[in-house]
Amino acid sequence: MKPKRRRLYYVLAGMATLGVAAALVLTAFQDNLVFFNSPTDVYERNIQPDTRFRLGGLVVEDSIRRQSDGLTTVFEVTDLIRTVQVSYTGILPSLFREGQGVVTDGSLDARGVFIASQVLAKHDETYLPREVVESLKKSGKWQGQGSGEANAQ
Amino acid sequence: MIPEIGYFALVLALVIAVAQGTIPLIGVQRGIDSWAAVARPAAVIQFVLVTIAFLALLQAFVVSDFSVMNVVANSHTNKPMLYKISGTWGSHEGSLVMWVLILSAFGAAVAVFGNNLPPALRTRVLAIQGLIAVGFLSFSVFLSNPFERVVPAPLDGRGLNPLLQDPGLAFHPPFLYLGYVGFSIAFSFAIAALIEGRVDPAWARWVRPWTLASWGFLTVGIALGSWWAYYELGWGGWWFWDPVENASFMPWLAGTALLHSSIVVEKRDTLKTWTILLAILTFSLSLLGTFIVRSGVLNSVHAFASDPARGIFILGFLVLVVGGSLTLFAIRAPALKGGGLFAPISREGALVLNNLLLISALATVLLGTLYPLFLDALTGEKVTVGPPFFNRTFVPLMVPLIAMMAVGPMLAWKRADLAGAMSRLKVAIAAVLIVVLATFYLSGNGPVLPLLGMALGAWLVVGALTELSGRLKLFRATARDSWNRAKNLPRSAYGTAMAHGGVGIVILGMTASLSWETEKLQVMRPGDSVDVGGYEFVFEGARNVPGPNYTALRGTFRVLRGGREITVMEPETRTYSVPPMQTTEAAIKPVRLADLYAVVGDPDGNGGYATRLYHKPLLNWLWIGALIMVAGAFVSLTDRRHRVGAPARRRRRAGAAAPAPAPAPQDA
Repeated sequence: MKPKRRRLYYVLAGMATLGVAAALVLTAFQDNLVFFNSPTDVYERNIQPDTRFRLGGLVVEDSIRRQSDGLTTVFEVTDLIRTVQVSYTGILPSLFREGQGVVTDGSLDARGVFIASQVLAKHDETYLPREVVESLKKSGKWQGQGSGEANAQ
Repeated sequence: MIPEIGYFALVLALVIAVAQGTIPLIGVQRGIDSWAAVARPAAVIQFVLVTIAFLALLQAFVVSDFSVMNVVANSHTNKPMLYKISGTWGSHEGSLVMWVLILSAFGAAVAVFGNNLPPALRTRVLAIQGLIAVGFLSFSVFLSNPFERVVPAPLDGRGLNPLLQDPGLAFHPPFLYLGYVGFSIAFSFAIAALIEGRVDPAWARWVRPWTLASWGFLTVGIALGSWWAYYELGWGGWWFWDPVENASFMPWLAGTALLHSSIVVEKRDTLKTWTILLAILTFSLSLLGTFIVRSGVLNSVHAFASDPARGIFILGFLVLVVGGSLTLFAIRAPALKGGGLFAPISREGALVLNNLLLISALATVLLGTLYPLFLDALTGEKVTVGPPFFNRTFVPLMVPLIAMMAVGPMLAWKRADLAGAMSRLKVAIAAVLIVVLATFYLSGNGPVLPLLGMALGAWLVVGALTELSGRLKLFRATARDSWNRAKNLPRSAYGTAMAHGGVGIVILGMTASLSWETEKLQVMRPGDSVDVGGYEFVFEGARNVPGPNYTALRGTFRVLRGGREITVMEPETRTYSVPPMQTTEAAIKPVRLADLYAVVGDPDGNGGYATRLYHKPLLNWLWIGALIMVAGAFVSLTDRRHRVGAPARRRRRAGAAAPAPAPAPQDA
């Protein structure tokens, strides 16, 4: 085989595998990107039930209710403008508390309750998830403290 | 006083590094021997100075010197000694010192042990190492001084993030860094070769052991991180496709490709430009990994208080290294002459395909990791690219790669006989059929994917064994003849078989634990029992237990199988006081062909506790497989080829190369 011919084969094989990779990426991107939404976004974007997304905000004071099965917790998440009810079955992270920032992963059910499959709150007490800080800033309710600012950028 | 000595040593090391990066390079270019001769002593002195700085920092942590800001931010007097020590590299500033320490240690190793290298090549390699050190040392000295004082000194520190106070994680960064930084040597060799315009098999013989060792260390580092996530995060998962995990996985993929393409350069003197490019890519990804993890663009346990100036510095350094080396590559690479020709179906052809698939897979991981950052920067939209994306892009690209892994080593160089190789793999094909049928019989009408995973794992394990037994002529020659062959077979052959077989074992563990795990989530009161995957968990209650710097809620489960008690499991939820935080310590018990996994959570207020129990089939094969892969790398490293000229040459004794399924001591 001539070197030129051989190089052509390399290039063709490389293009073919990269092409396969690109095709896989494009199809996977279509339904596997998970967007972050604040409670206001949920109303404004009119998100349909069963669309997976991340919902973040502050846990509303006095909103945490444990259901009778002992495992399901219902609470409300707010960006201080709108509020969304969230239901989660499982062991909550230790730092999950009223008034604290939280990010949950899941989808809305037909009644508009956010069914969370994951609750992320793994950080120390001064910490607010960056997404939550930015959505609070957007809603104009952000009262930044030093440490929160540092995390925000 | 000691912190000042440490800082002074760092500054001196920077000055030496500047000298090491410039004077010898000019010397070797202009033919001034006395200038070129600076490289070796400079590398050694730089190593000594950085060691002094590192020890000074270590001392500050060990004695809890709270006049040093770094110690205040990351340590506490009642923290156990192990975590005081690991706090040295647990912080942002300290981790940089460790990075430079490893960098200068490797540079010094090339200077001291590089007697059989062509002098010009050695000088250039050391100069490039010096330039990399300039980047990191100036970052440390100007932007993240680990010895910064605080006045007045507080009475106590703020403590290390409790998630990091764990033996698995104490040693995770050093191994990761040994891997990352090890690739800098391959990078320096690549740049030196580009400057010289010459790449030959001798060059590859030097690059290969470094790549091999770095790959082994990086594998250990990634496995430790994964193991930590498995038992510390309490979700029963071990890989989340988190950007921080991907940051270490990408150099691993590129390093794996480099490892294989450098074989072709060494044996067949071809694929040179590609190998050079891979060496540049691998180290660039190591830098990118550091940037992603350390700059604070991502939030995770790894990202510390972030300072935009630091992020910009690392980004600038990254652009300089990648841009500079690629420019040099563009100018000089066409001058590198290609070597031997080969047919598409040959060992070389298989290795080229291996590289193409690895790099395509790497590209999908890179895209999935960086896409959210770009989208955020451009549109402000927040997205997460999670496991489903990677399962649908990375996994399909890995399938052909793994299918080929068993065949590749059986193909001859230049031109191979695929049918012949397949007929030698009869046993592996039979094993695949048996595994598929057995899986089908045991799991019933399940989805197809687990069958595919089990088949690939079995194919790879049996394929690796077949290849080895073919080389030894097991069952075809007399036992004595096979024994003699076993002794004379190069250790790299054992290494290959072990690494490939290890991957197969990891795949079996992944597939089985993901496909057939049992998860039970419930509230349990003392005396309650739950059946999980054929094991009965009896909850005995939970109580508070004090720890050195935390209090733990410890639950007790008795585990029964067929009415007989087999073990007691005690998971904990720990509450730390400084910083105030809770961590989950899952209880894990390996039983026959599975892991049992228990987590205890919050009390429900009526005497019950939320509990989460798992039965995970074959999960520990993940760690066993990873260990075998690493052992394979180090067995390969002891191959005579890599030691020629080294003082250890005479140590070759009879029985040296007996097949070792477990990590073999080096002189066994």
